[in-house]
Amino acid sequence: MENIYLIIALSPLLGAILAGFFGSVLGRTATHTITILGVLVSTVLSLYVFNHHVLESGAVFNQNIYTWMQIGNLNVSVGFLIDNLTSVMLVVVSFVSLMVHIYTIGYMHDDDGYTKFFSYISLFTFSMFMLVMSNNFMQLFFGWEAVGLVSYLLIGFWHHKESAVEANLKAFLVNRVGDFGFLLGIALVLMYFGSLDYQEVFTNLGNATGVTILGGSSLITVVCLLLFVGAMGKSAQVPLHVWLPGSMEGPTPISALIHAATMVTAGIFMVSRMSPMFELSDMALTVVMIVGAITALFMGLLGIVQNDIKKVVAYSTLSQLGYMTVALGVSAYSVAIFHLMTHAFFKALLFLGAGSVIVAMHHEQDIRKMGGLRNKMPITYWTALIGTLALIGFPGFAGFYSKDMIIEAVHFSSLPYAGWVYYAVVAGVFITAFYSLRMFFLVFHGESRVDHHTAEHLHESAPSITFPLIALAIPSAVIGFLTIDPMLFNGWLDNAITVASSHVSMAELKHEFHGAASMIPHAFVTLPFWMMVGGIAAAWVFSLYRTQWADTIQKKFHRTNYVLESLYGFDRFNEIVFVNGIKKLGNLLWKVSDMGLIDNMVVNGSARLVGFIGRVVRPIQTGYIYHYAFFMIFSLLIILTWVLFAGDNPLLEL
Amino acid sequence: MSVESLNLFPFDSSSLLVALPEIFLLSAIVVVLLLDLFLVKNFKQVTYYLTQVSLLITGLLAFDLIGHAETIIFSNSFILDDMASVFKVFMMGATMVAMVYSRHYLVQHSLFRGEFFVLVMLSVLGMMVMVSGYSLLTLYLGLEIMSLSLYTLIAIARQRAVAVEAALKYFVLGAISSGLLLYGMSMIYGISGGLNISDIAAFASNSDLSSREALIINFGLVFLVIGIAFKLGAVPFHNWVPDVYQGSPTAVTMFLSTVPKIAAVAMLVRILVDGLSAMQPYWSDLFMVLALLSIALGSVVALMQTNIKRMLAYSTISHIGFIMLGFTTGVVTGYGASVFYILVYVLMSLAAFGMIILLNKKGFEADLISDYKGLSKSSPWFALMMLVVMLSMAGVPPFIGFYSKFFILQQVVSAGFVTIAIIAVVFAVISAYYYLQIIKSMYFDEADKEATIFAPMDMQLVLSINAVLILVVGLFPDFWMKLALSLL
Repeated sequence: MENIYLIIALSPLLGAILAGFFGSVLGRTATHTITILGVLVSTVLSLYVFNHHVLESGAVFNQNIYTWMQIGNLNVSVGFLIDNLTSVMLVVVSFVSLMVHIYTIGYMHDDDGYTKFFSYISLFTFSMFMLVMSNNFMQLFFGWEAVGLVSYLLIGFWHHKESAVEANLKAFLVNRVGDFGFLLGIALVLMYFGSLDYQEVFTNLGNATGVTILGGSSLITVVCLLLFVGAMGKSAQVPLHVWLPGSMEGPTPISALIHAATMVTAGIFMVSRMSPMFELSDMALTVVMIVGAITALFMGLLGIVQNDIKKVVAYSTLSQLGYMTVALGVSAYSVAIFHLMTHAFFKALLFLGAGSVIVAMHHEQDIRKMGGLRNKMPITYWTALIGTLALIGFPGFAGFYSKDMIIEAVHFSSLPYAGWVYYAVVAGVFITAFYSLRMFFLVFHGESRVDHHTAEHLHESAPSITFPLIALAIPSAVIGFLTIDPMLFNGWLDNAITVASSHVSMAELKHEFHGAASMIPHAFVTLPFWMMVGGIAAAWVFSLYRTQWADTIQKKFHRTNYVLESLYGFDRFNEIVFVNGIKKLGNLLWKVSDMGLIDNMVVNGSARLVGFIGRVVRPIQTGYIYHYAFFMIFSLLIILTWVLFAGDNPLLEL
Repeated sequence: MSVESLNLFPFDSSSLLVALPEIFLLSAIVVVLLLDLFLVKNFKQVTYYLTQVSLLITGLLAFDLIGHAETIIFSNSFILDDMASVFKVFMMGATMVAMVYSRHYLVQHSLFRGEFFVLVMLSVLGMMVMVSGYSLLTLYLGLEIMSLSLYTLIAIARQRAVAVEAALKYFVLGAISSGLLLYGMSMIYGISGGLNISDIAAFASNSDLSSREALIINFGLVFLVIGIAFKLGAVPFHNWVPDVYQGSPTAVTMFLSTVPKIAAVAMLVRILVDGLSAMQPYWSDLFMVLALLSIALGSVVALMQTNIKRMLAYSTISHIGFIMLGFTTGVVTGYGASVFYILVYVLMSLAAFGMIILLNKKGFEADLISDYKGLSKSSPWFALMMLVVMLSMAGVPPFIGFYSKFFILQQVVSAGFVTIAIIAVVFAVISAYYYLQIIKSMYFDEADKEATIFAPMDMQLVLSINAVLILVVGLFPDFWMKLALSLL
């Protein structure tokens, strides 16, 4: 099996290297063939691994493959931990990545950076595999940073656009904040457990429960919170979410792959992986839950006022990530992973659908300038419909099962503030339905607002674009129905996830669950269903039935509208406090320490010192043999004298 | 008198197998030397290829002996162990690479003569004897074979006054250091009555050593250390290094600064670690002073050089300081770090001198730092390679030069010499300046003359591989470190 795991990880890397270094030699067709083959191999083998581990209950594989460094007692290794959680992640990542690779052929067709793009997304796939397959914190951090790096490169892929460069810089900086916390968390783990290996850390957790640091706070809580800061950066939780909407500056395929389906869920995956640790701290779990709830509700609200098709989907991603985080907070890790999986499929589908629309519209992204695309682009329309229904949780579709389970899990949670969070996530259902359908109606229904020139050329996208849409639409529709029972209640993830007995959500859910089919009729008597119906109705009213009402309301509630449109002022706050503040601080440090201390004293001072030493040393280097010979003999004399009279030398007793 | 007692050197033909690499190389030297006499001018390249083949076969023979049980032959004066074999393989590899680079230089500067290759092989033979020497006599014999060949090699450019001057300096000073070394050996022999390393070790570890005996051993030790320090080029026995490096033809400088250092480290291990480990507290103090002086002087003085060969000379001095620092720790892992460092140093140094030779043209030595101006435009690939080499020498991760310094400092710290480690780091940072200066020259300065590369493809290829190895080994340092440790 070890070789299979290695091939899964390395075949995209090989593709990335070939495409990156030899792309211009190989040409476009060869490049995309090679990279797609690489990912295809990974996908097939991932399915095999999934079958072996999950369906046939194969033993967990936990082994170091290569020792990279041995520093004292610290062993830094490359190693794989393959259990059911990893297997699920492998399938999701490789499948979505494969679809995105295929989609890219059509989407990036006219781009100059075609081969480079393929190299990047294959590199990303490799990094993501390394992240999910890791059996230690170091490799996790490597994968974590590597996916961040590729994300950075891809957001700024069109680097001639100033907005793209700004966005990737923003993503980079915000992620540094998260990573800083993450790194501190890892350092703390290393400091107290003396190891970076998951298994060793988890088995020693018992010794750490009573330990307090920083004057009374529990070690476990601090570690969990620091690690969660990392997750907040990568999974874009408030207040570190500001980079994700900006990341939409990148080409659409990567928005689907990196900023919806895989990388941004790394935080969710990481917390699930660390479940034995998080379970020991109710405090950390409560923070996780509340941060998630805030993200889920308030980021969803922003989706309502967006007019850029990708931005709407981006805010929807933020909101759904919030849902997953809430699930983590209430100890429903398997539900979080379940939602992660269904979300990966339907959100990738929605992004790719949006990309299909964008290509057809000649890179027009404003939904107010679309409308009535239903007849022109039937495949895109129907797949987008499936994606939307899955997203809003329409009974029977994938998102319905996962989101309903999250809401129920919060309902059963005994954590403080769980009651408030419950209302937030239920309200979120209305909002989700509202912005999703608003976008859907504005793009595909109603009267066409497409300008005359574009309308003439409007047609369905190429097969390389529509095929991934169809391939993703199928799981978006059925995956929830098929996997809810085994994944949540029949132990698919049991060997990877630990839930303390005091956290009852999962147990209660299991008690209430009577099969995937019976959930559908039951849905019609639940609150979330009617919230969703309300959202759909509201969207229909405002975007199709009485479009002028939207303007009226905007005017009437102009203050609320202002708050929403300025995105709650996070950007402005960062600008004023962090950007300007740091600039001022930097100026001060520059003047005092850089110019004064370093330049004047250290740099020039050391240069003067070096010059002085040079003047002293140069006479020694005369070039005359007899000087050199004398110097040698003289040194010998000094050394002999020293040996004779050295302090603790017993020789003086002679 | 019986026949047995006459037989001073009990001879067993199977012991020849143990010295097979040396025997083969010696025969090859004789053959190449004779053949070269009869080669007409247009076929002089044959000598080069024969040399390469001889070195390759010697290397393979040595490689074959890796893992051979430790054997001591020739009346306890010649040892075969893994350190000897691995060092020999490395020396052959390094020499072969150096020969690839040298050929271009020799052709460009009309120095392409058969003698060059024969002398190189001869000095390599000397180094092999040093690496396998197990008695003071064999060690000294190897050292002299090596040194005499090197003196002559430098003087091979006899039309150039600087080269002759360098050869003479090296010869005179080398003779003095040999004298000192020999004097030290005679003291050790006189007091212990043995020439073999094991005899000396047994004597020195004897607990009821009188203080008079200890003093004589100590004095002998000082002379031995000085002899070795001279060959390594440690301060204050470094004076010859910059002058000789600058004056010698670059091809010789490259050879001089790489392979003989491995032999010198091997000799150091044999005499001090294997032989006089009982005196470790004494020689490690001495080493610490020499090491710190070397690091400090090498780092600071190099800053002011405009000639890159001279700069590399000082850089070598500072690298040697680090290597000696590893030996001060007194533990096997520390020695292992030093062995690792010397192998890394050879890899980097070869690439650095290879870059100098690469830019050579007919009658033009590219040995000024200003000759590298604007290289990134005329030859981006080799500018990148030089960048890798320089960053590695400066000790920037993930290049291998980082790990070699890192392992040394790690050992020094765990031996408790934190202050020493801090001083070494400070000077390492200072030394980064002159490496970066070259990078700055290549990437940010405008070229004042067109730099075209005439070097043959084989050299370009080998040089590229050499530089890329610096990165690749840097990504997987663990294997090499384990290898270095297993040798001791």
